[in-house]
Amino acid sequence: MASVKEMRNRIAAVKSTQKITKAMQMVAAAKLRRAQNAAQDSRPYAQRMAAVIANLAAGVSGDGAPKLLVGTGSDQRHLVVVATSDRGLAGGFNSSIVRAARQHIDGLLAAGKDVRIITAGRKARDQLRRLHATRLVETYEVGANPSLRAAEAVSAKVQEMFEGGDVDVVTLFFSQFKSVVTQTPTARQLIPAEVAAGATPIDLKGASYEYEPDEATILADLLPRNITTQIFSAMLENQAGFFAAQMTAMDNATRNAGDMISALTLQMNRARQAQITKELIEIISGAEAI
Amino acid sequence: MAEKLHFSLVSPERELFSGLVDQVDAPGSEGDFGVLAGHAPFMTALKEGPVRVHADGRVVTYEVRGGFADVTPEGLTILAEHAREAA
Repeated sequence: MASVKEMRNRIAAVKSTQKITKAMQMVAAAKLRRAQNAAQDSRPYAQRMAAVIANLAAGVSGDGAPKLLVGTGSDQRHLVVVATSDRGLAGGFNSSIVRAARQHIDGLLAAGKDVRIITAGRKARDQLRRLHATRLVETYEVGANPSLRAAEAVSAKVQEMFEGGDVDVVTLFFSQFKSVVTQTPTARQLIPAEVAAGATPIDLKGASYEYEPDEATILADLLPRNITTQIFSAMLENQAGFFAAQMTAMDNATRNAGDMISALTLQMNRARQAQITKELIEIISGAEAI
Repeated sequence: MAEKLHFSLVSPERELFSGLVDQVDAPGSEGDFGVLAGHAPFMTALKEGPVRVHADGRVVTYEVRGGFADVTPEGLTILAEHAREAA
């Protein structure tokens, strides 16, 4: 059995780990609130955008329709954008996004499709480059707080690849923030644009829209922005989900450390008691021998 | 003015303004325009410039860049990629 001194050291080590996890939990809780607000504040924009595009998409048809909306007519070459956080220590948060993306990629590969990957977030890069190093086109980092600029960089690359004729279908993977305890890995098709099912067309009460300059121009202007918006909101959802997952993970870690400390303390007290008893026996038997 | 127009100005980061106003002037890509309550449905891209919001006899100006305006019977919504209140 380990000596009393060794065990005392171990308890001290676990205690300082517990202090760290406790502090991380509290920091995550504070940051979660801010991230949640940011995600909430971005929703009106995304919702309006989806509604407007749904409206426009219904009116534009035929050959004149932008490729971003209707696709290239092929689905051979896929681009998968995987958005995670930059940092870990959040339980299975990043892994579950990557797992969903990997299943999707494996399915595409099995069907004989070409797959390219863009990652937004360090963890996605770290986990995907082991298996799919050759398919990684570009990697981005999210930074401490998701900014529109970061989303624009990813969006620009996606559009460049699409305009360049390198890809036909673009899918975005991220984690949707449902609540503090549930974050769901989600796939969203960026190109061809998915007209959101939830977006209700605006009721015009019988009147018809006037467009300036015209429908097609506005749509062509909007669709690229919509891609940026979707990526941006995915980043914000991720950020909120990340802190929620980290908070939960650190709460568990703190509790585990507490359990460990009490188990070790018990063990240490037993060892100390055993040592005292042993010393007493030695003294008594020594005294008897005289 | 009897009737009020519902106006909201949203950027990807947040909603900058939402409420009832008298009139909004915005820089459309084909020319500046003003919107009052009961305007016909209308959608336009915006060029970079000021959006002036008239409410309660006061005028608040926002600088917007990269956006578009959407007028529906419910009101006017401006979605702007970059928007901030002018000093």
